[in-house]
Amino acid sequence: MTGEIFLQNLANGISLGSLYALIAIGYTMVYGILRLINFAHADLLMVAAYVAFYGILVFTLPWWLSFLIAIVVTAILGVSIEKVAYRPLRDAPRISVLISAIGVSFLLENLGIVAIGARPKSFPRPEDIVWNINIGDISFLSLTIIIPLITVILLVAVTYMVNKTKIGTAMRAVSRDFETASLMAVDVNKVVSATFVVGSSLAAVGGIMWSLQYPQIDPLMGVFPGLKCFIAAVMGGIGSIPGAMLGGFILGMGEVFLVAFMPELSGYRDAFAFVILIFILLFKPTGILGENVVEKV
Amino acid sequence: MLKIEDLHVYYGGIHALKGITLEVPENKIVTLVGANGAGKSTTLRAISGLVPVARGKITFRGEEITRTKTAEIVKKGITLVPEGRRIFANLTVLENLNMGAYARTDKEEIKRDIQRIYEMFPRLKEREWQAAGTLSGGEQQMLAVGRALMSRPALLMMDEPSLGLAPLLVKEVFRIIKDIYSKGMTILLIEQNATAALQVADYGYVLETGNIVLQGPGKELAANDEVKRAYLGKA
Ligand SMILES: Nc1ncnc2c1ncn2[C@@H]1O[C@H](COP(=O)(O)OP(=O)(O)OP(=O)(O)O)[C@@H](O)[C@H]1O
Ligand SMILES: [Mg+2]
Repeated sequence: MTGEIFLQNLANGISLGSLYALIAIGYTMVYGILRLINFAHADLLMVAAYVAFYGILVFTLPWWLSFLIAIVVTAILGVSIEKVAYRPLRDAPRISVLISAIGVSFLLENLGIVAIGARPKSFPRPEDIVWNINIGDISFLSLTIIIPLITVILLVAVTYMVNKTKIGTAMRAVSRDFETASLMAVDVNKVVSATFVVGSSLAAVGGIMWSLQYPQIDPLMGVFPGLKCFIAAVMGGIGSIPGAMLGGFILGMGEVFLVAFMPELSGYRDAFAFVILIFILLFKPTGILGENVVEKV
Repeated sequence: MLKIEDLHVYYGGIHALKGITLEVPENKIVTLVGANGAGKSTTLRAISGLVPVARGKITFRGEEITRTKTAEIVKKGITLVPEGRRIFANLTVLENLNMGAYARTDKEEIKRDIQRIYEMFPRLKEREWQAAGTLSGGEQQMLAVGRALMSRPALLMMDEPSLGLAPLLVKEVFRIIKDIYSKGMTILLIEQNATAALQVADYGYVLETGNIVLQGPGKELAANDEVKRAYLGKA
């Protein structure tokens, strides 16, 4: 493998890893606060992609405005899903909420198929943000730089928000103990909604960037990335935000390099995620950065 | 200050409180004593809005709060130190204290209050940046009390603050309760250690399977033969 090809793969790995990391955070935040695997999270990618698609191509809005609208719509949808499908079940057995999440996911996917049709559409690539960069012999898309850049900015912002702000501290407190948080005058429902706003917005950004990178969108487009990002979150230690980031990058890099080093295994690309997951969980069942919670009673 | 009239609480089919009537006057320490399962914690949880009230009325400073949401009740000035400490183990000591002041916006005063809590519990200051889950049981109890004080409650309710603490620390807890009280707070206290609780309390209520069976000034109750036999372990 020549240096150039290595760099090329490295760049691809970072950019795929970034997308995984962004989406994985939504899983981990929701899990952290509600102990729920939010299956509908994957479908938010698709919703964001379609809103952006219609914004640009049907309503002929500027790309940045379409993206902004897509993020807002997705955030509102994410919060509404929690209000309608999860909140009424908060005191129910966890399995009921999980089933509700699966139901919402199927609902979104099938609504998409009925309303938009199952045929893939090609996602527009605005020239302002997608162009070819040529340096010597290597040529790559501007996205290879833009995606990791935006991701890093968002990851830093989320980390700061969760660890340093009042609402972030409340999120961590609520994730620990709903009842006691309410004894601190915290409006628990507001904090849960805020968590969904953050997670869903990141999913929207991830979905839009995903569609720019792989410009074919269809109502089931969220399923596989969603599954991978869920794996990334578990790998990193579900509930841990740095863990989700790390898991996302490991998975993205791993996949790209697996295909690069062993092209004959490229058919197993998707299975690869599960293989690393199993290995990591064998050695550290709580995931790489998952806490082994020590509690004093 | 706080008035409870004919309070009934059910857990499913269990009738946990069967019509409790009690009163907590301003600037007094009132205590609830009773055997395990008598309904002491349930009473405090009902006041805080953590369990639904089936029947009866709770008023605080003349305002009915029977079905008010927990967060709103805290904002009105009633704070509960829950049974079993319930500190946020994943937050630092300082963050726990700040959570106690969640509804407040007077940043400078919050900082000053934190310093006051540190003066009261120097151990907490030393561990300011430590995750609260790594504190010892006694330190966690101090943190739970400190955190509750951060909301500047008018009425502080404490559910067994000395549970599981070494005798020396229990003394310390009672010293702190008196200290807080002397600063002009009203306190509703539950204690396993009924003798000590009745000693510090102005007034006491004895609870038995969801009913109040006896009441009176703390020292009188402590001297009552029936109470002694049933709850103080003395013949
Ligand atoms: N969540 C619950 N579900 C069902 N029953 C409950 C629940 N919480 C309390 N109870 C029941 O209500 C009754 C009163 O309980 P409570 O916790 O108020 O007692 P307590 O006086 O605080 O006892 P202790 O001294 O052991 O803390 C008990 O019979 C208990 O079993
Ligand atoms: Mg109790």
